[in-house]
Amino acid sequence: MDQGRDSILSRIDKPALLLYALLAVMGWLAICGASHSYIETSFLEFFSQDERSGKQALWMGVSVMFGIFLLCIKKHTYRNLSGIIYLLMLAVCIITIFIAKDTKGSYSWIAIGSFKIQPAEFMKFATALTLAAFMGRRGFDIKNNSDFMKCAAIIVVPLLVIVAQNETGSALVYLSLFLVMYREGMTGIFLLMAISAVVYFVVGIKFNEEMFDNLSQAIGPYAVTVLIQLFSIAMVKFWCKNNRTFIVLLAVNLATTLASYWIAVYLIEFNILTVQYLLLTFDIAYLLIRTRLNKENKNLWIAIYIVGSIAFYNSCEYVMHNVLEKHQRTRIEVLLGLKDDLAGAGYNVHQSKIAIGSGGFLGKGFLNGTQTKLKYVPEQDTDFIFCTIGEEQGFLGSTFVLTVFVLFILRLVKLAERQGDIFGRVFGYALASIFFFHFTINIGMVIGIMPVIGIPLPFFSYGGSSFLGFSILLFTFLRIDADRDGAR
Amino acid sequence: MKDYTYDKRKYIMAGTVLFVLAVYVIQLFNLQINSDEYKSKADSNAFYKKTVYPARGLMYDRNGKLVVYNQPSYDITFVPREIKGIDTLELCKALDITLEEFDARMKVIKDKRHNPGYSQYTEQEFLTQLSGEEFAKFQEKMFRFPGFYVRKRSIRQYNYKAAGVLLGDIGEVSQKRIDKDPYYRRGDYIGTQGLESSYEEVLRGKKGVEVLLRDARGRIQGKYRNGELDTLAERGKDLTLSLDIELQELGERLMKNKIGSIVAIEPSTGEILCMVSAPSYDPALLTGRQRGKNHQLLSKNKNKPLLNRAIMGTYPPGSTFKTSQAATFLQEGIITPETAFPCSGGFIFNNFKLGCHAHSSPTQLKPAIATSCNAYFCWGLHRMFGSSKYKGGTKEAMDRWRDYMVSMGFGYKLGIDLPGEVRGMIPNADYYTKHYGNYWRAVTVISIAIGQGEVTLTPLQIANLGATIANRGTYIPPHIVKGIEDGEIDSLYLTPKSTMVTPRVYQQIAEGMREAVTDGTCRAANIPGLDVCGKTGTAQNKGRDHSAFMGFAPMDNPKIAVAVYVENGGFGATFGVPIGALLMEKYLTGTLSPESEQKAKDIQNRTIYYGSGER
Repeated sequence: MDQGRDSILSRIDKPALLLYALLAVMGWLAICGASHSYIETSFLEFFSQDERSGKQALWMGVSVMFGIFLLCIKKHTYRNLSGIIYLLMLAVCIITIFIAKDTKGSYSWIAIGSFKIQPAEFMKFATALTLAAFMGRRGFDIKNNSDFMKCAAIIVVPLLVIVAQNETGSALVYLSLFLVMYREGMTGIFLLMAISAVVYFVVGIKFNEEMFDNLSQAIGPYAVTVLIQLFSIAMVKFWCKNNRTFIVLLAVNLATTLASYWIAVYLIEFNILTVQYLLLTFDIAYLLIRTRLNKENKNLWIAIYIVGSIAFYNSCEYVMHNVLEKHQRTRIEVLLGLKDDLAGAGYNVHQSKIAIGSGGFLGKGFLNGTQTKLKYVPEQDTDFIFCTIGEEQGFLGSTFVLTVFVLFILRLVKLAERQGDIFGRVFGYALASIFFFHFTINIGMVIGIMPVIGIPLPFFSYGGSSFLGFSILLFTFLRIDADRDGAR
Repeated sequence: MKDYTYDKRKYIMAGTVLFVLAVYVIQLFNLQINSDEYKSKADSNAFYKKTVYPARGLMYDRNGKLVVYNQPSYDITFVPREIKGIDTLELCKALDITLEEFDARMKVIKDKRHNPGYSQYTEQEFLTQLSGEEFAKFQEKMFRFPGFYVRKRSIRQYNYKAAGVLLGDIGEVSQKRIDKDPYYRRGDYIGTQGLESSYEEVLRGKKGVEVLLRDARGRIQGKYRNGELDTLAERGKDLTLSLDIELQELGERLMKNKIGSIVAIEPSTGEILCMVSAPSYDPALLTGRQRGKNHQLLSKNKNKPLLNRAIMGTYPPGSTFKTSQAATFLQEGIITPETAFPCSGGFIFNNFKLGCHAHSSPTQLKPAIATSCNAYFCWGLHRMFGSSKYKGGTKEAMDRWRDYMVSMGFGYKLGIDLPGEVRGMIPNADYYTKHYGNYWRAVTVISIAIGQGEVTLTPLQIANLGATIANRGTYIPPHIVKGIEDGEIDSLYLTPKSTMVTPRVYQQIAEGMREAVTDGTCRAANIPGLDVCGKTGTAQNKGRDHSAFMGFAPMDNPKIAVAVYVENGGFGATFGVPIGALLMEKYLTGTLSPESEQKAKDIQNRTIYYGSGER
């Protein structure tokens, strides 16, 4: 028994553990800075259970104990129990909707005595484990439509339950698991479509009314048509691998676009947008011809992609002004920098940018931040915890934190890649994806380049459930990694 | 079995992660290093720079008696969020206001246009400048009004009900002044009149700043860095006035129910011993809660108590002016002390006659001063303006005359350290040429020789004339502050100025004035042992004559020079002389004899009726 535990300890990945410890300590210090009132106190008071830092420290202790317990469970046990855990957690999450009290509009908290727990935080673990177990089954093929749909269901069902809890932000995290499926062979076209949709939307709306300096043409619609051409030509190049089609399309589009622009600016002005639409029409026609001649269905899909893109962009405008509600539209407009709404939707982000910006290069020093402590930034110790780091530790400290975080994610990717089986790899990638999604959305929101979506920064944001949830994910994976083929 | 088909996708995953890191670091760079905007926004967010007001300088009189000091006053403030459910009626009773006043005040406070700093969470001013008694009444019941707070400030207090117009007052600084002088902020106090205004920069001291931290709701959370960046307030400097506050009180008492002015100067220093402008008012009227109301009452009063007549009123100096004429004629060699002019009921020239009262004729200079003979000085001016000495004729003589007058401190401001001094009027040749063309003669302007006509002086200038004669030809510009704590008064008030007349000549004038007291028009001022010199004035004007007196005492090494001017008081001997004598007695002996006290009471009770017209 003793021997076994020693060998487990020696097989655990030390760099990942070290990065985890580093993030946890930095996170705790940030909570000290953010929740601490301005009056000078002794350092011991940070551990007082009246302070948020004290409560968080307790949760961190609990999480480590739980982690040690998880390290004692063998890999195949996790694999075998995944289905039960998944269904159990799903049931808990559904029950939560009915028994939870209204907390700022969300129904996601269960009170057990004086503790409050958010089951959704553990649902991520259950989903990741189940996804890994399902994809790791013998004979699983993501190209198989039935298998793919089942995978998607594993992800989407908890997502919908959490939307029902009115925690839209947390629900979106599940979308990150599609990254895992991409790694496992899901066609990248879905990701590309998602990315291009976001790009069309942002570019199209942001520059909708901005004009070219030298032409009476709005930049937005023109830029989107050019982007559609770029994306579709890139797809021809990397997906169809047909060089001839690629060269023809590239040459025609590039030459026509440049020529029409040059003529419009230097010779005679005309509607260059029409030219772009004519080009897109040509692209569709050409791709259809190639489909017909070469019997290559991929060309057809690209043609459909172009039509879909045009339709999507033109409906964005409509959605923006006719479908979205005013506060949603305002949020988007504030984010795109089209509107200053400092008292309303833009207040959090504006104050957050002030706090971070005022930190300068070196920061104001631990506990010396004024903006966070004086409560200018709402949610400063939960979702906006990164403000405190930005203000007190400056550019140097916040860049350090970001770097450690990214190293941690990259370490998880590396560990995932060294797994001997699909189960371990999928679980590792699920972890990396979840952390990456939280990291990207949370930091992006706080520094003002992502919309305000309320999800925590792992190991930093105050909250016991989330710390414990993320720790469970990590420790489980550390054990799975320790039990991988060839590790012994 | 390992599947290597999609192995390369790990690079896309890692690349994406690194790409996001790069974007975020660039954004951090933009926020934290590339821009100062956020730093200054953070400062204005979090720092509340609280002004620490220094104590304003005190004022002492020349004998070290405290005249002006500070007393705590109380501002009642409240935090709107915290006052829910108090008994409004009870509060009004405790503060001695009506319910309507309460509602009106609340409305103004909540109006963001009047009160841009309004917040539910911060203290709002409800009532300001409550006195100790008013506050004591409120304090007893304060426990019943949670959310109401008290802020201590200080207001001016006065030990004497005198010298209001000299001391001036303080009020809230105007927007115009704020725009000009960045020292001031809205709501600051500033001296608005009198010494409070002219010595504002000495009295105000220097404001200090406390850097406090303010949270998102506007609540103060404590000092920033334990007060490292705070600056201390510097107390205002005290002033020692040249005034003798008891003499000032006596002067104001004597001028009760009259309009006019008294100025007393210490000749050797130019220090003003008292300066009365009647009607006078109690300076305490312009402090505290009632300031606005009282200020309006005073400024609407038709007798203009807020006007300092001693420096802002211009009057014909009348016969007191004759001394300056005598000095000019002697110095210019127009007359000698022995020159005599005839006077048979006045100055008669061709068809022109300027009357005089009965006295022996012809007279020499000293008896002419003593009896205040009009004819003598008219002949003097007539001779001067006709003198062949002046190649430019009458005009040159006129300008020469004017230069003498200006050298004696007439026609221009003397430069007293009080705001609002006016210059009076001394005409020159051009003035008359503009008025009469080229055909004017001495006789045309003859009344200037007896201090009538175009000549006007301020009572201060008349007193300064007395001081100049007392000094036998020099004066120091009169001033009212003789000492500044840790500082020096303006060198203007330390340097004597000489007139164009020699001391020898002034000695003759002084002797003439002495004779006026012993044998002439000022006999009522003949106080045994004080060697008073004096000159009456009875100045003609549209109404009843103004009663004036100008004198000094003792004759050698004079200690006090006085000018008294009582509007419509009749003969100089009626009011001017006795008032001047009483002041000299009080100052030189330190008290009034019982007879003098009785005389003072008589004068104090005599009312001059001025009608209801605007003055």
